[in-house]
Amino acid sequence: MMILSGDPPRSRVLTLVLLVIILALAATPFLFPGAKALNVAAKICVFAALVASYDLLLGYTGTVSFAHTMFYGIGSYAIAIALYGMGPNWGAVATGIVVGLPLAALLALAIGLFSLRVAAIFFAMITLAVASAFQVLASQLSWLTGGEDGRSFQLPELLRPGTVLISKSVFGFEINGRILTFYLVFAISALMILVLLRVVNSPFGRVLQAIRENRFRAEALGFRTVFHLTYANCLAALVAAGAGILNALWLRYAGPDTSLSFSIMLDILLMVVIGGMGTIYGAIIGAAIFILAQNYLQSLMGVASKAASEAGLPLLPGLLHPDRWLLWLGLLFIASVYFFPTGVVGRLRHGGGDKSAGASH
Amino acid sequence: MTDLLKLSGVHTHIGRYHILQGIDLAVPQGQVTMLLGRNGAGKTTTLRTIMGLWQASSGEITLGGERIESRATPDIARLGVGYVPESMAVFSDLTVKENLMLAARDGPLDDTQLDWIFGFFPALRRFWLSRAGSLSGGQKQMLSIARAIIEPRKLLLIDEPTKGLAPAIVMALIECLKEIKRKGATILLVEQNFFAARELGDSVLVMDNGTIVHRGEMAALAADVPLQERLLGLSLEAHQ
Repeated sequence: MMILSGDPPRSRVLTLVLLVIILALAATPFLFPGAKALNVAAKICVFAALVASYDLLLGYTGTVSFAHTMFYGIGSYAIAIALYGMGPNWGAVATGIVVGLPLAALLALAIGLFSLRVAAIFFAMITLAVASAFQVLASQLSWLTGGEDGRSFQLPELLRPGTVLISKSVFGFEINGRILTFYLVFAISALMILVLLRVVNSPFGRVLQAIRENRFRAEALGFRTVFHLTYANCLAALVAAGAGILNALWLRYAGPDTSLSFSIMLDILLMVVIGGMGTIYGAIIGAAIFILAQNYLQSLMGVASKAASEAGLPLLPGLLHPDRWLLWLGLLFIASVYFFPTGVVGRLRHGGGDKSAGASH
Repeated sequence: MTDLLKLSGVHTHIGRYHILQGIDLAVPQGQVTMLLGRNGAGKTTTLRTIMGLWQASSGEITLGGERIESRATPDIARLGVGYVPESMAVFSDLTVKENLMLAARDGPLDDTQLDWIFGFFPALRRFWLSRAGSLSGGQKQMLSIARAIIEPRKLLLIDEPTKGLAPAIVMALIECLKEIKRKGATILLVEQNFFAARELGDSVLVMDNGTIVHRGEMAALAADVPLQERLLGLSLEAHQ
């Protein structure tokens, strides 16, 4: 309860789903062999933290920002440039973190102070403009960022796949640098989500929720809402940059497509909506559903299409053809928004009862 | 008696509309000043202008001798002004407890004050951990008032607290406001319910078309039916 900041999932089904996801992620290196499974699991971890940080903005303050991938990109590029420039050592990792995180926070502070006073739609537009400018800048400064090709780099010795930490003869599994990196990604993502959970359940989080509902009413109670919104913006940017660092460490690469593109921003938005806004837990579920669908729907459809064709069913083999996976992914999203308008977490919590009534204080 | 709040020559424009057209008023310390008037007279705009939610385009507003017309809303609130907007303005996603904690700006809740509030509004104790959005209209209004009085305030601005409430709840609210008044609070109260106005008001200001058209003792207005009809188009008796 302490670790969840007094905000448990409040639904048995939700608790079960979350436990299954977290345990499956934790056991991925041993349960699901192969590089693809580990990649998918690491991506789920990174995106769960990234989406949770976006939920702090969208779900808890009602602020729509399109600059979230920019902060994610700043983290990615900072670590990539440091490791590329300084070589694969821990000093470079530390430099990337020390430069990337404050840079993201300072930029978020500047955007917040200049634009959070204005109406929400203008803030969204300003973030869109800043993020576009940053994307152009990243591709133009090719001497630093590697341009469209991005930057590939090597990790410090300890995190390399070739580094065997525990040989197969001890547990029957080999623990190498790659698995260590995975657990680093897993643990830091979990830590960032727990910190966000703590933030939203603190007095500060309550003010954010009040601002989301009615900014003027919150001001009439004496809260300087620009300060609160800017602070939330900086916190979200820090976590996004943290997720960017983890993503780059995992991929050993940072480039426009993996860390800055607007398609990532759309993915984040979809994950928040599918999981459930204003819940933090929704980020874990949204990221898991979305990334699993993105990676396995095509092969699942291949199997289904083959089975349907072997059974001699009309129309179905064509409809389920793996090439049509994007159509089905789209339908899956429409269905999830239609059936879970408050997201999966909202639906499950609603089914499990609201904040309970009590007689004492 | 000293005036806690003074407005002199206050004009407020909302877009191209000139709503407040030179308001002069004073709210004496420790008294309940009623602000009456027809719909659209500018009563809510007056409260919102005092609170800084609308910026006065000209004129002076002083609170305890300090100019506040250019101050931001949070600063005015921190000077000790509690505002209860109309339409049951609670934070519906937060619990009753969280709403009150927010109003106390996350300082510790004073148990004695809380018990005093629960004495008037037992429903708030019953639904302490329920979402404010799930409360009935009357309970939301109780919470809205409780939020304004959970901390000691120099001045309370209350906008139509009895609007749309059942008679029994109106009586409970009047009793609560009377008790707050007995404790020495200074209140500027906008009210359409004349019974409530007569029960609570020490002095009265009547607005029309963005100006104050009458000022005097509430008891005198309550006793003068022709004056009520002239100023408000209604008589007090018709509303009892």
